[in-house]
Amino acid sequence: MHGNYFEPELECASREVLHYIQSKKLVKMVHLAYNNVPLYKKRFDEIGLQPGDIKSIDDISKLPFTYKDDLRDNYPFGMFAVPKEQLVRIHASSGTTGKQTVVGYTRHDIDVWARSAARSIVAVGGTKSDYVHVSYGYGLFTGGMGLHYGAEKLGATAIPVSTGNTKRQVQIMQDYGSDILCCTPSYAMYIGETVRDMGIDPKTLKLRAGIFGAEPWTEEMRREIERLLDIRAYDIYGLSEIAGPGVSCECQMQAGMHVNEDMFFPEIIDPETGKSLADGEFGELVFTCIGKEALPLIRYRTRDICTLNHETCECGRTLVRMGKPRGRTDDMLIIRGINVFPSQVESVLLELGMAPSYQLVIDRVNNLDCMEVQVEMTEDMFSDTVRSLESTEHKIANALQSTLNIAAKVRLLEPKSIPRSEGKAKRVIDKRNKG
Amino acid sequence: MQIQQISIFVENKSGRLAEITEAVAEVGVDIRAVSIADTSDFGILRLIVDKPKEAVEALKDKGMTVSLTSVIAMGINDQPGEFAKALRVLADNTIGVEYMYAFVSREHGKAFVILRVDDSNRAVEVLKENGITILSAEEIYGM
Repeated sequence: MHGNYFEPELECASREVLHYIQSKKLVKMVHLAYNNVPLYKKRFDEIGLQPGDIKSIDDISKLPFTYKDDLRDNYPFGMFAVPKEQLVRIHASSGTTGKQTVVGYTRHDIDVWARSAARSIVAVGGTKSDYVHVSYGYGLFTGGMGLHYGAEKLGATAIPVSTGNTKRQVQIMQDYGSDILCCTPSYAMYIGETVRDMGIDPKTLKLRAGIFGAEPWTEEMRREIERLLDIRAYDIYGLSEIAGPGVSCECQMQAGMHVNEDMFFPEIIDPETGKSLADGEFGELVFTCIGKEALPLIRYRTRDICTLNHETCECGRTLVRMGKPRGRTDDMLIIRGINVFPSQVESVLLELGMAPSYQLVIDRVNNLDCMEVQVEMTEDMFSDTVRSLESTEHKIANALQSTLNIAAKVRLLEPKSIPRSEGKAKRVIDKRNKG
Repeated sequence: MQIQQISIFVENKSGRLAEITEAVAEVGVDIRAVSIADTSDFGILRLIVDKPKEAVEALKDKGMTVSLTSVIAMGINDQPGEFAKALRVLADNTIGVEYMYAFVSREHGKAFVILRVDDSNRAVEVLKENGITILSAEEIYGM
């Protein structure tokens, strides 16, 4: 393979080389964390673990986990491992539930993150001569600055458009000749629709690729964005606790996101038992920031559920690939012993061409878990005859059965009957644990 | 000869029918005929009204799922065998009936049957050929 890498010696390194790099970095960061973060000293001491016990990456499972609540409990800067004169940047998560989580970066950390984002841009086919149109928000949120620094690191040209004023965004794309668009997938859809509304043929735009992340999206959305904007759409993953966008990103094969595992070491664990799981098994994604200084998080529980795949990719990268997160541990339901994620129901509805306005009602009837999937009626779905509405219900029930491996009763609801708060609908009502 | 019937998706919740008919009444729309098809979970309320457009707008404003369906209206003499005769005509011409409902007008001394069939145009044709009265939209709306 040739050319299409930012740091080929690392992105295509053999497993032995990766193992060596990861081991060296882990040993160093464990000392850093133990000696500078009181929480880690306490956690290590509690289980009688010495930093010296960690000799290679193979020892990682000896280390304790870190949870989002640890960051909240030590808000804002309690888990930083460096004095503030070494910090150069602060970001924070949106804090939609509870307190914000604040993260800090040293100059070295910013460089690591920028390299990870630069690798991502190259992985989707970006080069130094590209205009990278960044429509993620700039601010405490990591999206905008992450891709911006990545583009500059690569030597491409960053256009810091940020979000909003969509017609102007399209105008800039036309006038400047933006090559790569970076934003959330929902905003990409909106830009795509605006392009059409403005009567512009997307084929006349130079835009050829998009890097989309920061919110869950589906394969159907990918196809729709690709159609609307006449580009190839790529999935990027990241979280501020680990760095930001670029922790992992798809390559042109669109077959999983390559994790920059020489910087951020991933594991998949069983969220209940904490045991490591093998490639292909769904479990919680856990990261250790082996290359970072300011916030050296150890085995950070992302709560995202996905799989890992260590096979070498057709693109030539050896970096492990993670699948698209299928949901979050917080959302996971166990129904008759089967793991069910609301996001699976959502993708079934989207595949059937229906609006994903649904609610799951779980109950226990005669000691048996029952799931009812309630779907809001739309004008497209409505028909004047009982027969065709019942066949719609059956169609949804059959598709759910084959995806979830569990029978669900489908009930059609009137539009807007699922309660929404601040635009977000409550997706799950679990009645099982009410005595 | 086609009449616009309003079909409304209704969840089986108490009070829904009252809300729907109130929404129609608020805009001064008069209901000519009504029928409901129901299952254990939901129903489809079907209405023939004097001003279908206004009714649809009012219902959509209330966030309801509404569609307009073309149906036909037969007028038959209110005596034994007349209805059967009409249905025989449809059967002999292999026209399927999806659903139907009827109302009687004392004023006209006639029974009116609203029919949803799989081929409205041909149904109108063969019914007329056999001397059965088919009402126009204006006749039904202005009744």
